[in-house]
Amino acid sequence: MTLLEHIGRYSLLVKRAFARPEKHKMYYIRLIREMEALGINSVGIVIIISFFMGAVITIQTAYNTENPLLPAYLIGLAARDSILLEFSSTIVALILAGKVGSRIASEIGTMRVTEQIDALEIMGVNSAGYLILPKILALVMLAPFLSLISMVVGITGGWIAGVSAGVITTNEYVTGIQFAFIPYYITYSLIKSVIFAFIITSVSSYHGYFTAGGALEVGKASTLAVVHSSIVILLFNLILTQLLLS
Amino acid sequence: MIEVRNISKSFDGDPVLRDISISFEQGKTNLIIGKSGSGKTVLLKCIIGLHEVDNGEIFYSGESFTAMNVKAKKEIRQKFGMLFQGAALFDSLSVEENVRFKLDMFTRMNRLEKKKRVDFCLERVNLGNKNSLYPAELSGGMKKRVAIARAIVLNPRYLFCDEPNSGLDPQTAILIDQLIKDITEEFNMTTIVNTHDINSVMEIGEKVVFIDNGQKWWEGTNMEILKTENQELNDFLFANKMVRRLKEIDDI
Repeated sequence: MTLLEHIGRYSLLVKRAFARPEKHKMYYIRLIREMEALGINSVGIVIIISFFMGAVITIQTAYNTENPLLPAYLIGLAARDSILLEFSSTIVALILAGKVGSRIASEIGTMRVTEQIDALEIMGVNSAGYLILPKILALVMLAPFLSLISMVVGITGGWIAGVSAGVITTNEYVTGIQFAFIPYYITYSLIKSVIFAFIITSVSSYHGYFTAGGALEVGKASTLAVVHSSIVILLFNLILTQLLLS
Repeated sequence: MIEVRNISKSFDGDPVLRDISISFEQGKTNLIIGKSGSGKTVLLKCIIGLHEVDNGEIFYSGESFTAMNVKAKKEIRQKFGMLFQGAALFDSLSVEENVRFKLDMFTRMNRLEKKKRVDFCLERVNLGNKNSLYPAELSGGMKKRVAIARAIVLNPRYLFCDEPNSGLDPQTAILIDQLIKDITEEFNMTTIVNTHDINSVMEIGEKVVFIDNGQKWWEGTNMEILKTENQELNDFLFANKMVRRLKEIDDI
């Protein structure tokens, strides 16, 4: 299949996923389950990674700005901007593409190869809507919160690491994270997180939904879901940065 | 009643079904038999609309399924019950939730009514106390019975079974066959069973259609099949040496 055919088939699948639900209550129940599986269960990994990334960003910035002419609070400023602009949305999205994307593709792919999707269709259920829409909505709704958690934990991680390593004082760090603060950066980051959440869930669902074969193909679909989600996220990161920050 | 008129289907230019016409009767167990790769699964998938046919038409009680729009197809599919080869139970749902799924999705029954209906269907397939188990905890035969319970929960008018006996021991296979036949008569459904199991043919084949190489070669009843002169069908039926010997003895 050519890239254009993939894009066309992906678009049709997304259109089907957003068709009117047969019964709203059933979709709502699935939405709650997916919010737990995709969003709440990802809080732990987001906290761990954000903490250590914030810590590393702060220490690396400190060692790269060892200059008496540069005030120490710039370390806090650099850490803050790195975390807000890029880390809490893009890097967290790439991590989620690995964790959530592979889960979605393998779950839907397994349902495809064991004829569970056919069973839904035979019952008169829109399988794309029933399986994919709750996943998309769940992550789109929770991604901004994950992003906010990442911002807070990342900045806290930077503070703890910076102070523990003796490269910056608490006062300097707090001054740095407040200095020349642009609130729009948070909005920008949240917008990106919502779009990345849509990409992760829809691209991964696409790979799972069109799996053909057996266990080997489910594994391949899972890998492709992560790879393609990550590429599309990076592409859209560039486009959104140009659109939202220029 | 389901009627298939002159349907053909090919994949990448390779013909799999060639000009097949069959009518499947209501209240009877209609069997499609044939070797592996003969096209019977594709035929079944065309009948239920999982594959689009290249030519021909399919009628459900006189209504053209082929000409229906997506909405009408979804509506008529609510009258379908399907038993898949691997049962296709939803892994994340318990036995009770699997059977209740169509009631949750398509009816306005209250919780108690649903529970009564689910219990009735599970009792009907002799799985009365297995409500809380999950598919992974069931044997192959039990999965098939849960799938039958799920298929009949909304009183379907049409029941489709794809290789219902595959992977089952002969005794369980006979139980499943008998269950399908009893349910067909009880609910007056049009049932189509896809199989290559000769025991099933003899046990429940009220109408049998033999498919080979994508073409219909023979149709009749399980009583007529032993007397057939059709060479392809005889090669298929009596491939087993012992069965061939029994036929020779019977002929004498």
